[in-house]
Amino acid sequence: MNLDRRQFLVEGTAFLLLTGAATRAWPFIEQGRPQDAPGYDFSQHWWAMFIDIEKCIGCGRCVDACKVENNVPPEAYFSRTWVERYIIPPIDPEDPMAEILPIVDSPNAGRDGFPPKPTVDGSKSFFVPKMCNHCADSPCTQVCPVGATFRGPDGVVLVDKTYCLGCRYCVQACPYGCRFIDPRTNTADKCTLCYHRITKGLTTACCEVCPTEARVLGDLRNPDDPIHQLLREHKVHVLKPDLATGAKLYYNGLDGAVR
Amino acid sequence: MAQVLSDAKHLVRLALLFLAGFLLFLVIRAFFVPPGFGEFGHFRTGTLQDVRNNTPLHFGGRASCGEADCHEDVTAALATDSHARVGCESCHGALAAHAADPEIAKAATLDELDLCSRCHALNPARPEGYTQQVDIEPHRDGAACSECHDAHEPSS
Amino acid sequence: MPGVEGFMYPNEMELQWSIMIVLYPYLTGLVAGAFILASLQRVFNVEAVKPTYRLALLTALAFMLIAPLPLQLHLGHPERSFEMFLTPHRTSAMAMFGFVYLWYLLAVLVIEIWLEFRPYIVAQAQTAGGALRLFYRALTLGSYNVSPRALEIDDRVGRFVTVVGIPSAFLLHGYVGFIFGSVKANPWWSTPLMPVVFLFSAIVSGIAAVLLIYLVYCKLAKIPIDIPCLDTMAKYLYYAFLVDFSLEMLDLIHRIYVADESFKSLDFMVHTRLYGSQVVGQIGLGTLLPIALLALTQLVSLSVRVRKRLYVTAGILTLAGIFLMRWNVVIGGQLFSKSFLGYTTYKMSFATREGLLPALVLLVLPLLVLGVLVWLFPPMEEQRPARPA
Repeated sequence: MNLDRRQFLVEGTAFLLLTGAATRAWPFIEQGRPQDAPGYDFSQHWWAMFIDIEKCIGCGRCVDACKVENNVPPEAYFSRTWVERYIIPPIDPEDPMAEILPIVDSPNAGRDGFPPKPTVDGSKSFFVPKMCNHCADSPCTQVCPVGATFRGPDGVVLVDKTYCLGCRYCVQACPYGCRFIDPRTNTADKCTLCYHRITKGLTTACCEVCPTEARVLGDLRNPDDPIHQLLREHKVHVLKPDLATGAKLYYNGLDGAVR
Repeated sequence: MAQVLSDAKHLVRLALLFLAGFLLFLVIRAFFVPPGFGEFGHFRTGTLQDVRNNTPLHFGGRASCGEADCHEDVTAALATDSHARVGCESCHGALAAHAADPEIAKAATLDELDLCSRCHALNPARPEGYTQQVDIEPHRDGAACSECHDAHEPSS
Repeated sequence: MPGVEGFMYPNEMELQWSIMIVLYPYLTGLVAGAFILASLQRVFNVEAVKPTYRLALLTALAFMLIAPLPLQLHLGHPERSFEMFLTPHRTSAMAMFGFVYLWYLLAVLVIEIWLEFRPYIVAQAQTAGGALRLFYRALTLGSYNVSPRALEIDDRVGRFVTVVGIPSAFLLHGYVGFIFGSVKANPWWSTPLMPVVFLFSAIVSGIAAVLLIYLVYCKLAKIPIDIPCLDTMAKYLYYAFLVDFSLEMLDLIHRIYVADESFKSLDFMVHTRLYGSQVVGQIGLGTLLPIALLALTQLVSLSVRVRKRLYVTAGILTLAGIFLMRWNVVIGGQLFSKSFLGYTTYKMSFATREGLLPALVLLVLPLLVLGVLVWLFPPMEEQRPARPA
């Protein structure tokens, strides 16, 4: 092959490849945001999270980390994530028909851990971390009147704070109580699955600081992601399955009493 | 026919008024719907980029602690011991700023007792298999945790 | 946190929807109810209620103009509310309702009132003085044709609008019910009966409102009260109430019988935090008592004076009872935890954006607007006593 033809092939291929890449980048360049050009391709991800109740020790580092990372207002009633402690008293053999109600608490949303609580002998107790379930068939995005909250193409449910009216319909529609209104912006707010971190190869703040790996971020579109094995090897539950929300927060060891 | 139209002139004008209003609405809409709305669903596409790029990071992630010859000795010691899976920032707090420029942002000093108790104080609600918990007060007998334990090599 | 009993998810402890969101379905319900009363004559030829036809339409308009205000006070960003028209989310009942509201206001109510009052508008455009004349002239749309043929066309079109208006009115308030009834996360709201219950309670409140407004207006304008008209309104109020009560009882009985997971928690809530407003207020004083009073007038022969007193009492109790129904649905639905393990309280403030004071103002404002409307478009002009020359 003479030099001219080879040069042509090399340059031609480079041209085609670059054109391909440039074509993908061009819309972003046009809109004045070249930094958003390919680096993260949302069509390659489908985010979920795995929570292992049998590993959660109720230290509350996750709640604290989320507040710090995402600049969430400090009060307990503005919680993107929280931890609940369930204490389920035993059935009394002398009165087995008596109704057993779980005793649940979440002091300061679990941010400072849980002081030990005296329980009836034989009680069952455990911790349940809660957060947005990033539902695939999300009831909260269904009711948003303007499209300010939505499920993105990579499975993360987000809020557009420049567009939200603050009507609070989404807060009402969420069966898990994971939404609130940010008092500083008067818009809806909730766990973003640390979207700003996971799209850059980091993990969420809560997973980062969990000392026992009770929380594990998962990417269901990645065949090598450990979440596939976790889902296969454990008896997995989601919260309120009867509402068919397509919740992607998978729990191992979730007791039937948990709501 | 002409008579009917004359008698219904006001209705025709009303219809035209409605039509004009509708067209005006379409014009306003063209101006005010945010750019990039509806490309991938019923939302403003730019939100994905906004959340991704405009949210500041506070936690650097454990990988950022051992790189650039910073704390390799600690990360090496941790890696072989029981705190291997515990993230650095789990105890030391958010340190992305420190990782970016160690001079301007120092790591905060820790309240040992509070921090260690958080995971290791005896609590019946913790899982059955979690044996690393102890009744703190009788155990420490007035001493600080670090007098006997090295958090980076707890088994030693 | 004070006021919280048992366990609530951290974000549930404060209520999201305040008295403003109680007020909104109440006001739109009055709109739908008043319109349906008006359509009784226009479409169903119940001639007895004809004297209230125009007044009912104007009442509907007055309430419809004010009803968006509680929403604006509630929104975190009221300046963005027009986004609902720019990018309405088709799966959202709230977004679709924006269009239903707009449709009803413009394509039904405004057109119908305009057609009904055209002869008066045209006359005023030629005889009124000053700025008012300009107002009427604008409303004529340049046409002064009030020939019998033109009026006949108006009547036909008006009738058509009313016929379209009835399902529109059903849609208007049924949609509000659907906004609540479709929230599967909330067992107090989630029932297919919700739109139907809302609609019938709207009809009840609308008829009661027009009945009372009619009495007040006749007194102020010194017009003799048409007793058969009054009796007929009370009769339809009674029938509507029976249907409304049956529907609400059906919901209640079904819940008690099925006793699903949410039942214990809701039952406890009704017996404690909602006892006064629901059992005593809405059911007792707001439904059973007015039904009993109205039944009395329907079954026993009473003098006009006694009947009028009973109608007024029943009317006032009805309006209070339907308000409490909205309260019990909206506020009640937020008092219990979705974990079914706890309860919170509604701390209503007084002089804040979503407090009691603006709520009271918004209840009175439609009546002031109505006052202006009846001055601009007198509903019973031909019945007024002749003015001294």
